[in-house]
Amino acid sequence: MSDTMIFAMEVFLNGLMAGVLYALVALGFVLIYKASGIFNYAQGVMALFAALTLVGIMEGQVPFAHLINATIGTEIHHFGWHVPVLLAIVLTMVVMIALAWLVNHFVFRHLVNQEPIILFMATIGFAYFLEGVGDVMWGSDIKKLDVGLPQGINTAIDEYTYGIVNYGFFIDNLDLVATVIAAVLVIALVAFAQYTKQGRAMRAVADDHQAALSVGISLNWIWVMVWSLAGFVALVAGIVWGTKSGVQFSLSLIALKALPVLMLGGFTSIPGAIVGGLVIGVGEKLFEFLIGAPFLGGATENWFAYMLALIFLVFRPQGLFGEKIIDRV
Amino acid sequence: MLDSAESYTTEDGRTIGPVVMEMKNITLRFGGVVAIQDISFDIREGEIRAIIGPNGAGKSSMLNVISGFYNPQEGDVFYKGKKRPPMKPYQVARQGIARTFQNIALFEGMSVLDNVMTGRIRQMNASLFAQSIWKCEAEREEVANREVVEKVIDFLEIQHIRKTPVGRLPYGLKKRVELARALAAEPSILLLDEPMAGMNVEEKEDMSRFILDMNDEFGTTIALIEHDMGVVMDLSDRVVVMDYGKKIGDGTPDEVRNNQAVIDAYLGVAHD
Amino acid sequence: MFYREAGDFKTSYAEDNQTFPIKFDRYRYYFVLLVAFGIVPFVVNDYWLNAVLLPFLIYAIAAIGLNLLVGYCGQVSLGTGGFMAVGAYSCYKLMTSFPDVSILIHVVLAGAITAAIGMLFGLPSLRIKGFYLAVATLAAQFFLVWLFNRVPWFYNYSASGQISAPERTVFGVPVTGAETSPWAVYLVCLVFLTISAIIARNLTRGMAGRKWMAIRDMDIAAEIIGVDPLRAKLSAFAVSSFFIGISGALFFAVYLGAVEVGESFGITKSFLVLFMVIIGGLGSIFGSFAGAAFLVLLPVLLKNLLVGSLGWPTDLAAHLELIIIGALIIVFLVAEPHGLAQLWRMAKEKLRLWPFPH
Repeated sequence: MSDTMIFAMEVFLNGLMAGVLYALVALGFVLIYKASGIFNYAQGVMALFAALTLVGIMEGQVPFAHLINATIGTEIHHFGWHVPVLLAIVLTMVVMIALAWLVNHFVFRHLVNQEPIILFMATIGFAYFLEGVGDVMWGSDIKKLDVGLPQGINTAIDEYTYGIVNYGFFIDNLDLVATVIAAVLVIALVAFAQYTKQGRAMRAVADDHQAALSVGISLNWIWVMVWSLAGFVALVAGIVWGTKSGVQFSLSLIALKALPVLMLGGFTSIPGAIVGGLVIGVGEKLFEFLIGAPFLGGATENWFAYMLALIFLVFRPQGLFGEKIIDRV
Repeated sequence: MLDSAESYTTEDGRTIGPVVMEMKNITLRFGGVVAIQDISFDIREGEIRAIIGPNGAGKSSMLNVISGFYNPQEGDVFYKGKKRPPMKPYQVARQGIARTFQNIALFEGMSVLDNVMTGRIRQMNASLFAQSIWKCEAEREEVANREVVEKVIDFLEIQHIRKTPVGRLPYGLKKRVELARALAAEPSILLLDEPMAGMNVEEKEDMSRFILDMNDEFGTTIALIEHDMGVVMDLSDRVVVMDYGKKIGDGTPDEVRNNQAVIDAYLGVAHD
Repeated sequence: MFYREAGDFKTSYAEDNQTFPIKFDRYRYYFVLLVAFGIVPFVVNDYWLNAVLLPFLIYAIAAIGLNLLVGYCGQVSLGTGGFMAVGAYSCYKLMTSFPDVSILIHVVLAGAITAAIGMLFGLPSLRIKGFYLAVATLAAQFFLVWLFNRVPWFYNYSASGQISAPERTVFGVPVTGAETSPWAVYLVCLVFLTISAIIARNLTRGMAGRKWMAIRDMDIAAEIIGVDPLRAKLSAFAVSSFFIGISGALFFAVYLGAVEVGESFGITKSFLVLFMVIIGGLGSIFGSFAGAAFLVLLPVLLKNLLVGSLGWPTDLAAHLELIIIGALIIVFLVAEPHGLAQLWRMAKEKLRLWPFPH
């Protein structure tokens, strides 16, 4: 095998791993979209917010310390304790559920029956709002997040591949863990949607609000649940991405990576989110490796996913797995 | 049988011209479902032509074929003697076929006047540049077409709501505005999809009067779908009856009324 | 009482069609023009110019452009930053390639080039709709920024990767470069804004505007009554991008003087202009002015109030600004989708009856 081939294979594998992470964020989008017709641009910021909150709780940071100090002139920053990881995760989840309730109560309950595009713009507003809240609450400096996930090169794969092609593949342990987490999450979510009463109610709401109401399903309850679920997915994504590259503003930009994944996979399809994520993860890494870096000056990852999705959509507007859009008079 | 190029005069003294549109062996399928099966009929200039039939008979699909929204799998549409190639709906509209919709399709964010003005698209072709400086042909066009539109507005008695946003109007008035928009196009064929659906008797009478007056004063050719049999029989010159996607009758209201297949369809005789 | 249309009769359709059909509005409009052209240039100073007036004038042009596309034609675009970059870089290339041609012509040409690029990225709008399209326009945003960042030809191979505007004059008075005087810069932008607003108003009250609104309100019905959807949408993209390109060119050449593409024309710029349109009012030219003024003034006010008066740290003020803007967007979408313009209209209704509301 030639060197290029081997490198390309390594790039391919890393692309797959990145794709899993994209899919993880995309899942949160699909969940909310299916149950409420809201395309939640704020999903990435929710992941950032969840990670910020998790770090904050673990480190014993005083929420809004910055604001409090500025208004009344004190100098408080930390409570001085450290919260164990698991407890911190549970507490963060409580915060995310509270957030879900607030969002539903103050915003999206009032936007029922609005056009999807209005809802979309509202979530952009929400993203700004939440980003501001996260910053004011926990500060905007870059934070390290360590919940004990393994990191660094996986030596087993390195040695194994070295034995075969005389070149050790670099695969990060964290990526492997992320893949496992994503797989578990997807199976759990699908099982939840298919086999539990709440899951069925959720799908019913997604299908037809009115009909769901008429058989006695509480819309508010379902929406809070869905936003909580999305909060949970955001938390998981936040943990993985936060461990990988630190908790900072750029974390919210993973939402921007997930958007083309959704366009490609279709907004309503869980398998679509996964396949879309993998295609884009692999596609952008390979494109950068084979064409972008040598011929185009590099950094093509910034736009490749979007261009791919755009071109694809022109030929298949509903995405890979989306439902066909039918125009009616 | 009358030749397609000939004209004749009705009992009430109106002249019905030659055939302006002819549907030949139209078949329309959605996947496995046959919505229209091998239907042929024609529409003559100046007549009021009705398409009736029970729910799901394929009437609306037929109208959609005429207005170019659906392209039939088989069969041809002849318009003014020429075979019409498959077209986009806006191209059909530009040939002079205007329509209204079963569920009102007005532009809710625009005023009544602007809605009716959109009916004049075919007649207004000023360049974007001229429009942007509001001079030359743009200004001339705007004023000239406004005059036509005002006539239509007068005719349909909606002067008082000219500047009202359509979203605020009640149902009956919306129907009338929609009719005004179609009429403003000065169409050679006007398609009305259930113009009286959801109206009370008074509103129906008003609407019937408008339809007859339009036909009378402007000589507009009208093809309409309607459920109210009484209205259809009173208004129309000729009627096509559809059932389960097939044509089961075609002729004057009297002929159709005495047609056994039609009676069966409406009284619900079991299909073999 | 003070504001009324009674007794103001029209005797021709042309009169009824004018931009300000009500006499009072027309006089107010002349008054605003008089102040803007006749008084402000004599009193304007550097601080007001750079902190408030220039950003307002330039963003208002972009907001008008985006409002035509989003508010009138219903096609949401998140590519505004990218299109502004096209305007800026075309203007830069034109300025450096043809130094003898007037900067005014360059700005207009930059708008035309942006219009062409806008049409190109508007092509998918025929097939994809709603937020699919919104997301698709992000492709333009990211691709264009990458392009200007990575292809050295666009920044004339400068070492810093930045572009900076050489000095150019209008009637002998410098309007770009280091030696400008506030009044001249202000007037150039004001002229562009005034003309843009007039053109936008003319288009929206005529057939082009009706076609756009028809597409926005019900695209299928629009097609069936004879609107060619491709042409209508592309013309909206073209006109919208034209204005956005002009605003990008002015933003670079006249306001900043030197830009780095990712910093000045990133996705935050797209959102900023979109927010101006939403807060000001979708489908309202006046709203574009109001939204631009609001979002230009808000940070200035916050900064003066929080940092200047209360002594808070700057980053905290910036975070609060995010919260306020986000909350405002939501409030406007929930309570008043027609934005500040609608609030203004309602105030006028009240004023018409004042002081006898019953």
